[in-house]
Amino acid sequence: MANAAKMTQTDEIAIQITGMNKWYGTFHVLRDINMSVVRGERIVICGPSGSGKSTLIRCINRLEEHQKGQIIVDGTELTSDLKNIDKVRSEVGMVFQHFNLFPHLTILENCTLAPIWVRKMPKREAEEVAMHFLTKVKIPEQAHKYPGQLSGGQQQRVAIARSLCMKPRIMLFDEPTSALDPEMIKEVLDTMIELAHDGMTMLCVTHEMGFARQVANRVIFMDQGQVVEQNEPEQFFLNPQSERTKLFLSQILGH
Amino acid sequence: MSDISFVRAEMLPPSEPPISERGAVKWLHENLFSGWLNSILTVLAVVSVYYLIKGGSPWVINGVWTGDSLSDCREALAGESGACWAILVERWNQFLFGFYPNTEYWRPTLTFALLFVALAPVLYYGLNRANAIMVGIVGGVLVLSLIALGTDVWHILLSVLVFAALTAVAWLAPKKLVYMSLAFPALGFFILWGGSVWGPIGAMAGLGIFAVVWRLTQRVLGDVVAGGVGLIVAVVWWLWLQTVVTTALHGLIPIGLEAVDSDQFGGFLLSFVIGVTAISASLPIGIVLALGRRSDMPLVKMLCVGFIEFVRGVPLITMLFTASLLLQYFLPPQTNFDLVLRVIILVTLFSAAYIAEVVRGGLAALPRGQYEAADALGLDYWQAQRLITMPQALKISIPGIVSSFIGLFKDTTLVALVGLADPLQGIRKIVLADIDWKGIFWEPFIFVGLIFFVVCFSMSRYSMYLERKLKTDHH
Repeated sequence: MANAAKMTQTDEIAIQITGMNKWYGTFHVLRDINMSVVRGERIVICGPSGSGKSTLIRCINRLEEHQKGQIIVDGTELTSDLKNIDKVRSEVGMVFQHFNLFPHLTILENCTLAPIWVRKMPKREAEEVAMHFLTKVKIPEQAHKYPGQLSGGQQQRVAIARSLCMKPRIMLFDEPTSALDPEMIKEVLDTMIELAHDGMTMLCVTHEMGFARQVANRVIFMDQGQVVEQNEPEQFFLNPQSERTKLFLSQILGH
Repeated sequence: MSDISFVRAEMLPPSEPPISERGAVKWLHENLFSGWLNSILTVLAVVSVYYLIKGGSPWVINGVWTGDSLSDCREALAGESGACWAILVERWNQFLFGFYPNTEYWRPTLTFALLFVALAPVLYYGLNRANAIMVGIVGGVLVLSLIALGTDVWHILLSVLVFAALTAVAWLAPKKLVYMSLAFPALGFFILWGGSVWGPIGAMAGLGIFAVVWRLTQRVLGDVVAGGVGLIVAVVWWLWLQTVVTTALHGLIPIGLEAVDSDQFGGFLLSFVIGVTAISASLPIGIVLALGRRSDMPLVKMLCVGFIEFVRGVPLITMLFTASLLLQYFLPPQTNFDLVLRVIILVTLFSAAYIAEVVRGGLAALPRGQYEAADALGLDYWQAQRLITMPQALKISIPGIVSSFIGLFKDTTLVALVGLADPLQGIRKIVLADIDWKGIFWEPFIFVGLIFFVVCFSMSRYSMYLERKLKTDHH
């Protein structure tokens, strides 16, 4: 099954990052990142906290600004040009650790908001699209409730549906299961696995190693703001090269 | 350690709480007699309320309702303690309308009723039936009040027709009521101040010109520059062209009401004119200032911070004296810029600074994730503010905003200091200057205080209703 999913990728470059550096004040959070992501590729990024993995994917839709180097997403380079930023953001979906649903809007309104205002889609059509994706994440019956009335797992699935409603070409996941109860992690992972099988280009910051094994084409291990090791999941887990990676893996898989 | 193994064969069904945990017993226990200290306080409170009523009620109930002067009241009371409500029966109209001409009382009354219609799209947002019913009830009360005020038949008939039409609109096409809200500032001004109908229409036309110019140039120049161009054209219209055009139009089609000078405004009419205008204008200005204060653009930020801090650092009375005295020096000689309007403008700016800080508090309370989610979905700055952050920030700020509004409404009595006849100080002094009522003390305070209480309490209850309605975490 994992192999079937992997076949959907092509050679088209979705994201190209060259010599990218970022500082918070004087603190050097990302150091010389070079990475290219092919369309349809699914990448899992892991590493200890503070290693810059979240910052890295937040740079890809410019929630964080990089100071040096180049990020090209879908052929558009991210600079301070607002038009380019908005263009990239409307093509790149993002799922957050804390869901970040809009609590004053219903589930359906959460999903139709961006298509209506950014894509200028008619309301009726946007609602159809939203219901399609809510059905896909298996909660169409919750459409008229408010986020506060849903469980964490359901909220995260709504957040995924909300991003999908913009028909993004790339999806970024920032620790999507870290704030969830164990019983709810599976329902979110299942949704993400299904998305992977549909051929979506995905970058996931996660510690779910089962997920990484099952769907990732590539696992990237980061520490101290740099890429320490990357490999196919099989090789990465069975045969880690760096001492730092070995230590990390022994700690997260050791219990 | 014997056997620690345990397996539940059957799950327990939920059962009723014990009798001490439900109904009146629980309520009494929790709220009045939860401990010996609370029990003593409860008893003390009941006793004090009892003595307060026992001491105060004879004075209120014994009160005399008929009479032409304080001495009439004293005669009727014959030495007993009692209020002289006759002053209110005789002079209520001054407390409500100041020196507005008697025959024109229908105008402020109609304006007050129309205010509720103008507020309808906001008051019960989304509840169209409730709005229609409210408009109908307000219309009914209006007609009854007009009859009680002794208005002539034609104006009663006019009001009936207007409100029948508005109720129908509210019932059938509730969204159309927004036009009423938009027209209300000019309409209210025209009905209250009178004069030629073309003046307010000309002033509104300025806004129309702004909108048209903005629309036409927006594509070419972008939103901000187009807004600036629109504003310049509108200001040119207001300053130089409007008077020429409206005078000409008035010459052709002279429609108008008897002009009423600001000097004749007073009592609660004045309080409401200042309060309502300042409240409705200060909210949008306050929101813009709050956004400006959080802006990344240093110049915008500096201007907003400077304005807010300056206004908050200066007492309202200073602003009022500025309005009445200082502003005149900056205007061209012989300009007759209405004192009430000047006061309204400065009270609005004063209130806007406070609203800005309350709204900024609401914005600061929003989790960063909300801004990030809006950004990540590709919404631009104004969309994110309008659709995501403002609805939530304003909801958080409701108690603070309404407190500011209540404070502002009560502060309208300070206009007495610049010689306007507010109900508490201005009108009361004028009424008491009459030899017939000299020496009366409590009654006007109670009357004015009661009306202020009703208005402020309504605002407070409405804000609580709004908070409940906007609560979305559980139903």
